Amino acid sequence: MRLRNTWVGLLGIALATTLACGGSQETSSTSAKPESPSATPAGQKVDTATAGDVKGVVMIDGAVPKNEAIKMNADPVCVKENTTPQSQETYMVSADGKNLGNVFVYVKDGLGNYVFDTPTTSATIDQKSCRYHPHVFGIMVNQPLEIVNSDPTLHNIHAMPKGNSEFNNGQPIQGMKMTHTFDKPEVMVPFKCDVHGWMNAYVGVMSNPYFAVSDKDGKFELKSLPPGTYTIEAWHEKLGTQTASVTLGAKESKDVTFTFKAAGATATN
Amino acid sequence: MLHRFAKFLVACTVLLILAGSLVTSHDAGLSVPDWPTSYGWNMFTFPPSMWVANILYEHGHRLIASTVGFLTIIMAVWLWMADPRRWMRWFGVATLGSVVAQGLLGGLTVLFFLPAAISTAHAGLAEIFFCMTVAIAIFTSPGWIAGYDMNAGIDAPAGLHRQGGHAAPPLRYIATTATLLIYAQILVGATMRHTGAGLAIPDFPLMFGGVIPDHWSGAIAIHFTHRVGALLVTLAILALFTHVRSRYRDRPELMRPAALIVALVAVQVTLGALTVLSRRDPWINSFHVVCGAMVLTTSLVLTLRSWRGSFAYHERMEPQRAQSTQRKENDLIRDGARA
Repeated sequence: MRLRNTWVGLLGIALATTLACGGSQETSSTSAKPESPSATPAGQKVDTATAGDVKGVVMIDGAVPKNEAIKMNADPVCVKENTTPQSQETYMVSADGKNLGNVFVYVKDGLGNYVFDTPTTSATIDQKSCRYHPHVFGIMVNQPLEIVNSDPTLHNIHAMPKGNSEFNNGQPIQGMKMTHTFDKPEVMVPFKCDVHGWMNAYVGVMSNPYFAVSDKDGKFELKSLPPGTYTIEAWHEKLGTQTASVTLGAKESKDVTFTFKAAGATATN
Repeated sequence: MLHRFAKFLVACTVLLILAGSLVTSHDAGLSVPDWPTSYGWNMFTFPPSMWVANILYEHGHRLIASTVGFLTIIMAVWLWMADPRRWMRWFGVATLGSVVAQGLLGGLTVLFFLPAAISTAHAGLAEIFFCMTVAIAIFTSPGWIAGYDMNAGIDAPAGLHRQGGHAAPPLRYIATTATLLIYAQILVGATMRHTGAGLAIPDFPLMFGGVIPDHWSGAIAIHFTHRVGALLVTLAILALFTHVRSRYRDRPELMRPAALIVALVAVQVTLGALTVLSRRDPWINSFHVVCGAMVLTTSLVLTLRSWRGSFAYHERMEPQRAQSTQRKENDLIRDGARA
């Protein structure tokens, strides 16, 4: 009898534990505390009076691979939001097929002891029409990243960094927002939605503000760079990276062209 | 009735293994990012309208797992109250403990973003739990309780048989070895799945166009080990079948699983090949996992039946309990006959 009572007690505890779990619906969350911009260590600031620009274009040489088709029929909301055939955003090319978009271009090396204020304005990634918007973007270390779900369906945002902390947060309700900050530079941090396997995005987390993403015509611009010699890198999610060395004088503007090939890549300037 | 319930639990566990393998095959393990809640809801009140895309697999897996857990609680309590065999009552408790541990591993792997070690342990414990449910079904079966037909068989002394004898040692050891080999093969397969090495060798039956890979990496080594393991398991099963067929043809409780496991291994090898050739089609891949579990448990059935005599021996070592055990076993047989 005593043993039987023990079993009944255990059963009760198991059920109570199960029933006690959950029930709340979060509408927003913060997964890391942003550091105050005033915490920036002392160092040399960029003199904008002598700063120059680096402009350029990213090109693709050879036959551009076809983007993989996406079937969204596992979620009726996604089907409703996308009435035309859908495909991945891996290769965003210009109308003539020569220029490549969604390439993250940034100053990889050469800034020495310059220090930069962390922006207090948030960057935003939106889950809309069962896609991430933007697909490729950059933010600075400790800059707030606002993650929004604009879809009337569930998404989880799953960041898979190597140097920063991994996180995976659910946003089951339309309009939900959360804020996250990355505390270490990292190029690139992939995002994925584990609910909708085709949804992916990439963010470059930078310690300086000199980064850009090439547009559909392959164009990019890095503004207000101080004079110096820099290593500039272009990153593409499938084609990898390539670098170029640029020496910039005071108030000078330089052009850089990156050319990716389906098998290998070259850079010219 | 208890035996029927045990068989029902086995069937539900097969369904649970299928659901779990579908989660991995669809890369849906993190589609519900929280645990034990589901997007903040209690998992039992999570609205069905939200079971979309990969959530269907992950949430479905959690619900089926909860059901199996609940059925296992019933089974353990039932065994504790009704089964006269002390070891059997504790076996029910151990089975319950394994399903609780399995649930915790499932939760931990979600909370820690599917680390290969925890996910592989989750897969490995799933097979052990499945084996335990099958063992309960065997131990509560009328045939087991009656000791099968111990006087049949051609290789054991008749006197030993009449006292509740064993199958001869060769069968016991071949069957036990085969079962352990299959379990090791399943662990390698689980490691392969959870380290993303399923297509590390992309062709079949050759490997990078040759008999062995012409280059190596960790993933290729894991995948290669699984293929070599498949060959070893196939040979072990063929040896097991040949031995049973040659020496125990008149023992249906041994011949039936021996024949079944040969058929299952043939299906399993085919599914494994198709998994590679289809570039890991989720359903083919999942049925490969389920079929592997059935190969393991079929071998376990054969193994347990080959060791039946030892159980009878140990039960004779408890003279005080022997009379009441016999009485209750007779009741169980009668219940089984009615069922």
